Amino acid sequence: MTTTTLGVPATKSTQVPIRKPAGWASRRVRGIALTTVTWIAVLAFFFPVVWMVFTAFKPESQAATLPPTFAPDFTLDRFQAVFDRDMLPYLINSASASLGSTLLVLALAIPAAYALSVRPVKNVRDPLFFLISTKFMPVAASIIPVYMLLQAVGGLDNITWLTILYVGINLPIAVWMMRSFLAEVPREIIEAAQIDGAGLRTEIFRVVLPIVLPGVAAAGLICFIFAWNEFFLANLLTTQVARTTPPVLGSFVDGRGQFLSVLSAASTIAIVPVVIAGWVAQKQLVRGLAMGAIK
Amino acid sequence: MTTGRRSLAISRALLWPALIVAILLTQIPLVATLFYSFQEWNLLRPGQRGFVGFDNYAKVLSDGSFLSSLGNTVLVTGSAVVGATVLGLLFALLLDRKFLGQSVARTLMITPFLVMPAAAALIWKWSILDFTYGMANWGLSLVGLPPVAWNTEMPAATVIMVLIWQFTPFAMLILLAGLQSQPREVLEAAGVDGAGPFRTFTWITLPHLRQYVEITVLLATILLLQVFDPVAIMTKGTGGSKTLSYLLYERAFIGLEVGEAAAYGVMTVIVTIAVAMVALRTLFKVFSEEGLMNR
Repeated sequence: MTTTTLGVPATKSTQVPIRKPAGWASRRVRGIALTTVTWIAVLAFFFPVVWMVFTAFKPESQAATLPPTFAPDFTLDRFQAVFDRDMLPYLINSASASLGSTLLVLALAIPAAYALSVRPVKNVRDPLFFLISTKFMPVAASIIPVYMLLQAVGGLDNITWLTILYVGINLPIAVWMMRSFLAEVPREIIEAAQIDGAGLRTEIFRVVLPIVLPGVAAAGLICFIFAWNEFFLANLLTTQVARTTPPVLGSFVDGRGQFLSVLSAASTIAIVPVVIAGWVAQKQLVRGLAMGAIK
Repeated sequence: MTTGRRSLAISRALLWPALIVAILLTQIPLVATLFYSFQEWNLLRPGQRGFVGFDNYAKVLSDGSFLSSLGNTVLVTGSAVVGATVLGLLFALLLDRKFLGQSVARTLMITPFLVMPAAAALIWKWSILDFTYGMANWGLSLVGLPPVAWNTEMPAATVIMVLIWQFTPFAMLILLAGLQSQPREVLEAAGVDGAGPFRTFTWITLPHLRQYVEITVLLATILLLQVFDPVAIMTKGTGGSKTLSYLLYERAFIGLEVGEAAAYGVMTVIVTIAVAMVALRTLFKVFSEEGLMNR
C-alpha cells in the first residue's frame, strides 16, 4: 500500500477514531506529492541565492571549478577580503542615502496622502495622476540636465544630492501607497476626534497615524529597498566619495578568473540588510506592493 | 463657508510640499531635456553649441536604433511581465495550501525580489550562466547537453531570465494575497455543488483574481519599463537587449551627444506616456470598481 511507504502504518488509519472520508488516503498521497513538488520548485527558485552565499564561503581556487565543488574548505577569508578592499564606506553611503531619503519621503508623503484621502481636496485625481505619471518617465530621460546641474553646483559625487534624487524617485510611490491605507481609516473615528476638538496635529499624529502605522512601515520599507538597490543614478552621479554599494559590486569582478567568491561575499553583504528587513516585514510588504489597493 | 475654505487651505498646505518637490525633481529636468533636444551640443565640441530645431529628432527617427530599442524594450518588458505573472500565479497556487514549512517556503520565495538587482545580475552572469564554470551549463552537461554561451549568444534571453526570476516573487505575493482573500464559503459551496478543483479554479478563482492580475501586470510594467541594471551589467546592450533606457545612457554618456540624447529622451517619454495613459486608465478603473463594490 502506498500509505506504508509514506511512513503512515496502514493499520493506523483504521485505529483512528474519527471516520475518514472516502478517498482520504489517495487525497493524502496527492497532498504529499504536491508538497514535494512545491518544495522542489521553491528550492530551485531559491538556488541562485543559496549558491551565492555558499560560494562566498569558498576559497577562490574552489569557486570556479567544473564540476562545482560541493564540499569546499569553508573560509571567512573572502569576507575579510571584501572589507580589505574598503567596502565599508560604500555600505555607509548606501545606508545614509536609503535611510535619509526614506525619512524625507515619509515626511512629505504622510501629509500629502492625508490631504488626498481624509481631507476635502478638490479634484483628488489630478495630483494623484500627476504623481504616478512621474513614475512612468524613464529616469534616463532626465539624467542629462540633472548631471549638468549637479556638475555646475559641484553636486556630483555627493551623497546629499543622491539622497534628494532618491526622494524624487520614491515620493510618488509612497503617496499612492499611503493614500490607500489612509482611505481605509473609518471616517467616524476622524469625525469623533474633530468633534472632540482635536487640532490637526492631534488628528494626524494621535488619531490617524497609529491606525495606519503598518501602512507607513510598508511604504517606508519599499522606499528603503528601492533606494538601497538603486544602480542607475548611483552609477552615473557618484565616483568615489559618495559611491554606493550597487555600482561598487562590479569592481569585485576582475575578469581574470580569480574573483567569484569575493564577488559572492560582497554581494552577500550587500543584500543582507534588505533581505532580512523583507523577511521580517513580509506581511507589510505584501500590502505595500499591492499599494493597499487590495485587502 | 469660511470653515470649509479654511479646511481646503489646510489641505492644500499639506499637499503642496510633496507636489513641489515632485515637480522640482522630475518636471524641471524634463523641461530642460526638451530644451536640450533642440540644440546641437556635443560635449567634445562645446564651442559649436546652437539651436538646430528638429534636426536631432530627424536624426533619431532616421537612425534605426530608436525603433529597434523600442522593440527590444517591448519584448524584454513584455516577456518578463508575462513570464513573472504566469510563474507567480503557479507559485501562488502551490503556496496557497497548508503544508509542512509553508511559511518558510514563502519566505524563501520572496527573496529574489529583495536581492539587489546589481548583485543578482552579477551572480547570474558569472556564477550561473558563465560558459565554462556556470551552474546552468554544468546542469546541461549532467543530462548530456552541450554548453550554451548564454551571455553572448542569447543576451536578451538572459536579461529576461533574470528579470523573471526577480519579479516572479513580486507577482506571487500579490496573487497569493488575492487567492487568500477569496471568501471560503464560496469555495466550499462550489465543492458541495460538485464542482471539481479545475472548474472551481476557472469559474470562481480566476474571475476573482482578475483585478489582482491587472494590478500585478501594471505595477510590474511600470517598474520594468525602465530596466537598466541587468542590461548594463550582463550584456551591455548587445543582441536585442538594448532597451530604451540603455540606449539613452549610451548616447548621452558614451557618445556625449547631449542634443541627440535629449531628443531620444523626449521620444522615449512620449512613447512611455502613451503606454502609461492606457495603463493608468485601466488602473483607475480597477480602483473605482473597488470603490463601487466597497468591499
